[in-house]
Amino acid sequence: MSSELSVLFRRRRTWALLLALAAIPILVAVAVRLSSSRSAPGEGPSFLDRITQNGLFVGIAALVVSVPLFLPMTVGVVAGDTIAGEASLGTLRYLLLRPAGRVRLLVVKYLAAGAFCLAAALTVVLAGAIVGASLFPVGPVTLLSGDTISVGESVLRSLLVAGYAGISLLGLSAIGLFISTLTEVPVGAMAATIVLSVVSQILDSLTQLGWLHPWLFSHYWLGFADLLRQPIAWGPFVSNMLLQAGYIAVFGALAYARFVTKDVLS
Amino acid sequence: MSSDAPSAEPAIETRGLTKRFGHQAAVDHIDLAVPRGAVFGFLGPNGSGKTTTIRVMLGLAAATAGRVQVLGREMPRHLADVLPRVGALVEGPAFYPFLSGAANLHRLDSADRHASSTTRGARVEEALERVGLTHAAGKKVHAYSLGMKQRLGIANALLSPRELLVLDEPTNGLDPQGTREVRNLVRSLAAGGTTVFVSSHLLAEVEQMCTHAAVMSAGRLVAQGTLDELRQVGLAHVRVRTPDVAVARRVLVRMGLEPDEPVRDERAADEQAPDERPAADQRDVLVSAPMPDGAPEPEAIVEALVAGGVRVRGFGVEHPSLEERFVALTGEGFDVAR
Ligand SMILES: Nc1ncnc2c1ncn2[C@@H]1O[C@H](COP(=O)(O)OP(=O)(O)O)[C@@H](O)[C@H]1O
Ligand SMILES: [Mg+2]
Repeated sequence: MSSELSVLFRRRRTWALLLALAAIPILVAVAVRLSSSRSAPGEGPSFLDRITQNGLFVGIAALVVSVPLFLPMTVGVVAGDTIAGEASLGTLRYLLLRPAGRVRLLVVKYLAAGAFCLAAALTVVLAGAIVGASLFPVGPVTLLSGDTISVGESVLRSLLVAGYAGISLLGLSAIGLFISTLTEVPVGAMAATIVLSVVSQILDSLTQLGWLHPWLFSHYWLGFADLLRQPIAWGPFVSNMLLQAGYIAVFGALAYARFVTKDVLS
Repeated sequence: MSSDAPSAEPAIETRGLTKRFGHQAAVDHIDLAVPRGAVFGFLGPNGSGKTTTIRVMLGLAAATAGRVQVLGREMPRHLADVLPRVGALVEGPAFYPFLSGAANLHRLDSADRHASSTTRGARVEEALERVGLTHAAGKKVHAYSLGMKQRLGIANALLSPRELLVLDEPTNGLDPQGTREVRNLVRSLAAGGTTVFVSSHLLAEVEQMCTHAAVMSAGRLVAQGTLDELRQVGLAHVRVRTPDVAVARRVLVRMGLEPDEPVRDERAADEQAPDERPAADQRDVLVSAPMPDGAPEPEAIVEALVAGGVRVRGFGVEHPSLEERFVALTGEGFDVAR
């Protein structure tokens, strides 16, 4: 496992992904800063206008911006690469000849992808907090419910939100892992995973398909707003956990069924 | 882990092993028996099914039919017991290009739950030294040449002491110096008691380092045994070099032999300048005949030839070379089998 993490995080590509994510809050902050004189409070996306009042909101606002596309993209790259990447390098056969154990390899690969999900969400929130603190005033935060919390607690809340966003991506990671066992072309697995994340969000926006919405892995992606109320509304948090766990179980089982019988011919 | 009588049973044994890709049988009912302690050459042209056999043997791919035992245990059922005792290079080396040579070996070694992490550093260093890569240990693999990758692949197979080494075309991409080193490495490993199973499409390579060999052709196993056994297969031939073809053939027939079609000894003719060449009836021709059991002794044949007035300019009894056997078994030329 530590070896898997070290391979993942020693890769220049992984750092490029995280850096790209870190750039999002910076862009958001700079853009808002440059235009802040012209936009009156109350205009613009709900989180963006709060940034000018309190820099601590930059991380959250950046998360809102990244959740629909940028985060799923980076997760798709990492999760789609898990097995297919090793297969295309040919290292898959040498791992299996060790023997690494097919089930063990699958579990380790998934855990590493999960670690990346959390790292990705944390990157956005932390980079946002840092750039926000340097460009805007920082002070006690007014929550969506109107209550005010201290700077210290708001940092805790930010971490909680990052955790929520990271967990939200675990289902997508499991799908990526499964797709990755189907092919030896990592780019294909990455693209398919990313496309699925977009499809899921489109389906989620079609009101005619209301019955389907609670089952879509992206349904609770933006649900972290409820963690910014006083008291915290845990409902979506729990539903999200259950939903993601369901996706992990289903696609984990599919990946297992596929991978333990697969001929490794690359 | 090892069974009761480990040295008695073969290191590798297959029974009716078959692997199909769609309708094509890449490996077709092969019965291999690799004795312990042997250096076993697995010989065959490109596409004859060597790598596929190795993949199935090591549990990377499932057999369509048949059984495999490696180190006395059924594969792939006992894969977890068997593979830690096997070092392998399959279908060329493969590494993470963004890691250094040493980091790659660390990574692959740590995938083995049973490999000790305390000795890992020392084992990596030693393996790199054995293949002469110590100076390039810290270099990223994407900067390695093909031959260096091949060496690193062999180092990976040598990371722990192994009972069986499976090397698929280990000298691919190596310079003559590297080829020689691999040969010496295989010999020293075999001397230490390791069974080595080495596939190759080059007969010379097998001839130089192996004690045993098996020959694959289009998915089938067409011969197997010790090198001497393989040489013995096929009858010895008596060869007479003489200009008196017709007489020589008549003498041989009279002695109960069946001469082959005559072959002009071009070598003899080419050595002379055109204007000095003897007339057609003066040129040397090789007359040969197979020597079945119960054929006359060679000295009796010479005597009869000389007595019959044949000018005997050369005489010998030879077994066909391994090369002739190989060509006879697998067909000539550069055509890929399928
Ligand atoms: N993944 C595959 N799918 C379909 N056919 C394959 C595959 N791998 C190998 N083959 C076929 O199996 C045969 C044997 O290939 P291989 O075992 O690689 O030969 P060798 O190692 O002796 O050169 C070839 O005809 C090849 O085309
Ligand atoms: Mg091959």
